[in-house]
Amino acid sequence: MTTTSLDPADQVTPEDVVRHRGWLGALWRSGSGRAGVIIVTVTVLAGLAGIWNLTPYAPDGQDPSTVLKGISFAHIMGTDQFGRDVFSGVLQGIGVSLEIAVLTTLIAGVVGTVGGVAAGFLGKWTSAVIMRLTDMMFAIPAVLFSLAIVTALGQGIVDTSIAIGVGWIPIYVRVVRTPVLALRESDFVRAGRVLGFSRLRLLSRHILPNIAGVIAVQTSLTLAWAILAEAGLSYLGLGPPPPTLSLGDMVNNASATAGVAWWTLAGPSLAIVVAVIGFNFLGDGLRDAADPRTRTR
Amino acid sequence: MNLLQTIARRVFSILITLFGASVIVFVILRVLPGNAVTASLGTSEGLLTKAQVAALDQYYGVGQPALQQYFSWLHAVLSGNLGVSLTYRQPVSYMLGNTLPITLELSFFAIVLGIVIGAGLGLWSGLHPGRWPDALGQSVSVLGLSVPALVIGEVLVTWFSRQFHYFPSSANSVGFFTDPWVNFQQIIFPAFVLSLGIAAAILRTTRGAVLEVTNLNFARTALGKGVNRRSFVWRHIFLNSLTAVVTMSGIQLGYLLGGTVIVENIYVLNGMGRLMITSILNKDFPVVQSITLVFAAGFVIVNMLVDVLNAVIDPRIRKRGA
Repeated sequence: MTTTSLDPADQVTPEDVVRHRGWLGALWRSGSGRAGVIIVTVTVLAGLAGIWNLTPYAPDGQDPSTVLKGISFAHIMGTDQFGRDVFSGVLQGIGVSLEIAVLTTLIAGVVGTVGGVAAGFLGKWTSAVIMRLTDMMFAIPAVLFSLAIVTALGQGIVDTSIAIGVGWIPIYVRVVRTPVLALRESDFVRAGRVLGFSRLRLLSRHILPNIAGVIAVQTSLTLAWAILAEAGLSYLGLGPPPPTLSLGDMVNNASATAGVAWWTLAGPSLAIVVAVIGFNFLGDGLRDAADPRTRTR
Repeated sequence: MNLLQTIARRVFSILITLFGASVIVFVILRVLPGNAVTASLGTSEGLLTKAQVAALDQYYGVGQPALQQYFSWLHAVLSGNLGVSLTYRQPVSYMLGNTLPITLELSFFAIVLGIVIGAGLGLWSGLHPGRWPDALGQSVSVLGLSVPALVIGEVLVTWFSRQFHYFPSSANSVGFFTDPWVNFQQIIFPAFVLSLGIAAAILRTTRGAVLEVTNLNFARTALGKGVNRRSFVWRHIFLNSLTAVVTMSGIQLGYLLGGTVIVENIYVLNGMGRLMITSILNKDFPVVQSITLVFAAGFVIVNMLVDVLNAVIDPRIRKRGA
C-alpha cells in the first residue's frame, strides 16, 4: 500500500501522470485486463438479470417436489432445502451484492476523491486538517468502522453501504492526493495558473482528467473489496434483512445443508469468488494500462 | 539515542491517534444511536416509573451534554471500568478477559502461518520471475485475495465433515494451559483459513521487494563476484526485503481483525469477534464500544511495533528519524 521508497524511479513525477491515449486498447491487450473485462461484464449481466427478475425460476419460489435436488438441466446449480432454484437465487444475490458494492464505492469514491483533491490542491491548512483526519481513520481498521456503523445505523441496503464505504474513504484520499500534488507542480498546470485560469478550470480541465486512471484503478479494487465486505457482513447476519438475500446470506444459509448437498454452498461461493477475481483483474489491467512504465516494459 | 527518539516520537503520535480513535468510536456508538438504555430495555420500557428511568439514565450518563459524556466515559475507561453488559449483566472487562486470549491466540497462529507461507512463496517466486514457481505464487496470491475466509472456511468444514467426519468442536474452547494439544487442534484450522488472505498480500509485497532488490547494483555485484547462492539469497536479498514484509504484516492486522470475526463464527470459537457480533445483534453498546476500542488500540500498537522493528532492521529508516 504505502511503501516508502527512496528510489527516484518510484517517485511519481508530473510526467508520469500525463494523459495516456488509447488506454482502452492497452487494457484489452493486457492479459489480466482482458480477463477482468470479460468476467466483470458477465457478472454485471448476471446481476442485472437478478435485479430485473429475469431468473429462470422465482428466486424465492418454494417447491416441495424439488427439495435438495442435485445439478441437472432443469436446475444447473441444484436446489436448496425449500426446493428453490440455487441458480436463480445466485443471480438475485449477485444483483444485491453489486447494488451494495456500487453504492459503497460511490460513497467512498466521491468523498475520498473530493478529500484527496482538496488535500492536494488547496492550501496548507486544508491539507493538514484532511490528512490528520485521514490518519485517525486509518488507525481504525475498515472492518471496525463497518461493524460500529452497522450497530448505530441498523441494516438496510443504504446503511450497509455507508457502513462499508466510510472505512474506505481514507484510502481514496491518499491514493488521489499523491498524483494531485505532483500535477499541481507540473509545467502545464503552472502555465495555466500564470495564464489566469480559475481554480475550477484548472481542476476540471487539467487535474481531474489526469487522475482519472488512478481513480479507475482504485474504484475497481474497491468494488472487489466491497463485495467481500458485504458478503462478510451478510454472512454474520448484519447485512440487509430478508427478503433481500445477498451472496453472503446464501453462503450462511447453505452452511446447514452443505454436508448433504454441496451445491447449495458451491453456487453462491463461486459467484463471490468469480466476481471478486473479475474486479481484481480489471483493477490490475487498468493499472498496467494507465501506467506508461509498465506498458513500455 | 536515535532509536529512542524514534520510539518516543511514535508513542506520542500514538497517544494522539488513540485519542482520535476514541472520539470516533464515541461519536459513532454513543451519539448516533440515541438512547441506548431504552433500546436495551425494549418493550419493558413502558413499565418503568419516571423515577426509575431517571435513575437508569443517570447510571448510563444519558441526557448529559455529549462532551461531558465523553470525558466521563474516557475517565471510566482509563481507570479500567469498561461498563456493564446490557444483556449479560456482567462487567465488560470480565467478558473481555475471557474472550481476548482466544482471539489473540488465533491471530498469532494466523499471522505466523501467513508470514511463513507468504514470505516463503514470495521469496521463491521473486527469485524465479516468469518461471513456474512465479506462476504458482501468482495463482496463490490471486486466489488468496479473492476467496474470502468465509468461503474457504465453509468449504473446508463441509469437506472435512463429509470426508473425515471431523466437525468443528461446538464444545467450549479449551484453554492453552488446560490442554495444549486439544487447544492446538481447535485453533489450527481456523488459523489456517485466516492465514491465506494474509499470506496472499505478504506474498505480493515480498515478490515485489525481492524483484526490486535483485535488480539493484549491489546485488548484481555480489552475484558477479561469485558470492555463494545461499548467502546471496539470505543476506543480500531477504534481509533487504524484510522491511516490506514487516510493514505489510502490520497492515494485514487490520484485515486479520475482520477475519477473526468471521472465522470465530464459522468454527464456533468463543473469542472477542464472536462476542462482538452477538453484542451488535443484541444492541449491547457497552460491549461493542469496548471491543472496538480494544481492537483499535491493538491495531495502533502493532503498527507502532512495526515502525520500531523496521527502524531496528533498516539503519536508513533510523537515520531519517521516521
